[in-house]
Amino acid sequence: MSGGLYSTDSNEFDKTLDLTKIKPYGDTMNDGKTQLSFTLPVAKGDEAIEAAKQMMRKMGFENPQVVYVQELMAGFTFFNCYGNCVHTVDFTGITVPKVEATAMDMHETDDFIKENIGRPIRILGASTGSDAHTVGIDAIMNMKGFAGHYGLERYDMMEALNMGSQVPNEEFIAKAIEFEADVLLVSQTVTQKDVHIKNLVELVELMEAEGLREKVILICGGPRISHELAKELGYDAGFGMNKYADDVASYAAQELSRRLNQ
Amino acid sequence: MERSKLGLDFEKVRHAKEVSKRIADDVQKFVDNYSTVSVERTLCRLLGIDGVDNNEVPLPNIVIDELQEKGVLSEGVMFFLGNAVLETGLNPQDIAEKIAVGELDITKIPVRSTEEIHKAIQPYVTKSIQVIKDRKAKRDNYIDTIGEGVKPYLYVIVATGNIYEDVVQAEAAARQGADIIAVIRTTGQSLLDYVPYGATTEGFGGTVATQENFRIMRTALDKVGEEEGRYIRLCNYCSGLCMPEIAAMGAIEGLDVMLNDALYGILFRDINMQRTIVDQYFSRLLNGFAGVIINTGEDNYLTTADAFDEAHTVLASDFINEQLALAAGLPEEQMGLGHAFEMTPDLENGFLYELAQAQMIREIFPKAPLKYMPPTKFMTGNVFKGHVQDALFNQISIWTGQGIQLLGMLTEAIHTPFMSDRYLSIENAKYIFNNMKSIGDEMEFKEGGIIRSRAAKVLDDATELVEKIEKEGLFTALEKGIFAAIKRPKDGGKGLAGVVEKGSNYFNPFIELLHKK
Repeated sequence: MSGGLYSTDSNEFDKTLDLTKIKPYGDTMNDGKTQLSFTLPVAKGDEAIEAAKQMMRKMGFENPQVVYVQELMAGFTFFNCYGNCVHTVDFTGITVPKVEATAMDMHETDDFIKENIGRPIRILGASTGSDAHTVGIDAIMNMKGFAGHYGLERYDMMEALNMGSQVPNEEFIAKAIEFEADVLLVSQTVTQKDVHIKNLVELVELMEAEGLREKVILICGGPRISHELAKELGYDAGFGMNKYADDVASYAAQELSRRLNQ
Repeated sequence: MERSKLGLDFEKVRHAKEVSKRIADDVQKFVDNYSTVSVERTLCRLLGIDGVDNNEVPLPNIVIDELQEKGVLSEGVMFFLGNAVLETGLNPQDIAEKIAVGELDITKIPVRSTEEIHKAIQPYVTKSIQVIKDRKAKRDNYIDTIGEGVKPYLYVIVATGNIYEDVVQAEAAARQGADIIAVIRTTGQSLLDYVPYGATTEGFGGTVATQENFRIMRTALDKVGEEEGRYIRLCNYCSGLCMPEIAAMGAIEGLDVMLNDALYGILFRDINMQRTIVDQYFSRLLNGFAGVIINTGEDNYLTTADAFDEAHTVLASDFINEQLALAAGLPEEQMGLGHAFEMTPDLENGFLYELAQAQMIREIFPKAPLKYMPPTKFMTGNVFKGHVQDALFNQISIWTGQGIQLLGMLTEAIHTPFMSDRYLSIENAKYIFNNMKSIGDEMEFKEGGIIRSRAAKVLDDATELVEKIEKEGLFTALEKGIFAAIKRPKDGGKGLAGVVEKGSNYFNPFIELLHKK
């Protein structure tokens, strides 16, 4: 067995929290306990279990335990495993780009727009490209909103237009010009083979070609979108999981105010 | 009718069905007078026209585009093909190939008598009907000899984008106990006005529906089914702009289940309502004749509207969909009407409401292999909770005797299913279906309780809604945003240019033959 400094069996590792060297927590500080599951393309058997353990060691786990083995079909075996992670991360050295805005609720945002912009903000949204999913854009824009967060259509100081799904980038841009949009919201749900990246980049390129990019606040969102990724792709902001209409509205209002009043 | 465990007023149900029949009859009056480019392409396919030209354009599109460009599509492709067969002595496939290379203009040959034209095309019609009958007989024979799974059928999806990889995933699922394999289509295919050709290995979020891909998967499932001693059904998507063409391809290649719902296309894909209602009629004729179970998409309404407040819209749409299917001769036993009222998991007594509604739908459509679909909207990425959510829906399914259980995946909202995700879902369902097998026979619902009251309320609201729709007509109701809070104009959306009023020479002998059975 691996044992040693980090083994919970020996129970001899340092149990004080050091933010420069954090590791997963099971039930004891620094135990490194991690749970994972995966499938290997081999038949079930002792060799398969040993392969799973070796795989875990290569992934950085000591004391790998295969707790459940199931053959999915001939030549494919599924494993549930636990292990103690040997790696650490320096938490004190981490910086993550974040959308810079104070979170406000619907009424605060409406008041903010009245005071600082003096007219309703025009927001155009769509699920673009071949993406047929409206669940994301609907959650942000539709009157009802999602999980108790009212959608942009309900805001007094927003003219929100939701174009729905499968809107080609060209059509989206044409509508943005016609609508005189201040803010564009692009939703991407399907991310298989990075189709969302290609589509998001294409929109930025088309907008730049039209000389439109700097004239609007360009926002993308979806379950696999982060603010960092959005910035990388040339967007002003990105909203991922657990972000709601209020987050988007707060940011859009404050960013527009900053641009208009600078 | 069986005694209701919910105390449902079956008089009210009968009334709602009568109202819905009048809604469907009204729609049918419109449908009878129109054809579409996709219906005409379907006829090409049924007459044996297949393949693509040098630019990968399918030959059925070449033939129909030609008729449309010349402004004569209203007379129908059967008329021109029949006449061309008579004049040239060639078969429809040879004629299409000649049109593709510009060697033949079927609109410019002397027109023979109607009687002669009908007679000339008849052998191809008869042959086509026989192909579909033989296919159906093959399925029936499998079910009689090797058998099939018990209901609720376990329905899982494969969606790798590559048909050969799909086969591996499908085989694994079938060996684990799946009864129905649905090959998810590549995103955006519903809006293509042609069906791609050949075996394909590139797709996004799914695999291209082609006749060759159907054939590859059918062959694979037949092999697994024989080995496992259980017929494995194959499902695809008979929806979008090529709805009837996919129905024909499925009927020829032995598909067993088809998503087939014009209302879904209108609302969620912005397909023109006139186009898709006409398309749906012919596709349901084919599905009905071929013994294919259709699945409707009502459960999706509640992804955009509130599932608690708008539950009656699902029932109302099921009422209408049932009547539209009956109008196309599709038997009740093949109506996989869709439902599931995915309410927020935070709702107090949400399980009771879901149970009430699932039991209600079961009692209202007693013969239908109802399609029941567990959570998607409220799946969060918390795979552990997601597995519990799916388990709750599995309990309702076995309790209320659903026909087809679309298995929820714990990784819904994260990725298309891994092989192991599918295993865990099947294990979840099998465990619950076995462990709670007879609970529905044992339990009744308290008079005046939450469950009975809920079912009665949803039925009342749905009845009121179909009465309202009858007054306005289905098209106007859709324009007003009656379902899913989505408004669609009668002349808006995709595909309207492909609708054509039938002319004086128009004939389509398949309609009568498919109705007959």
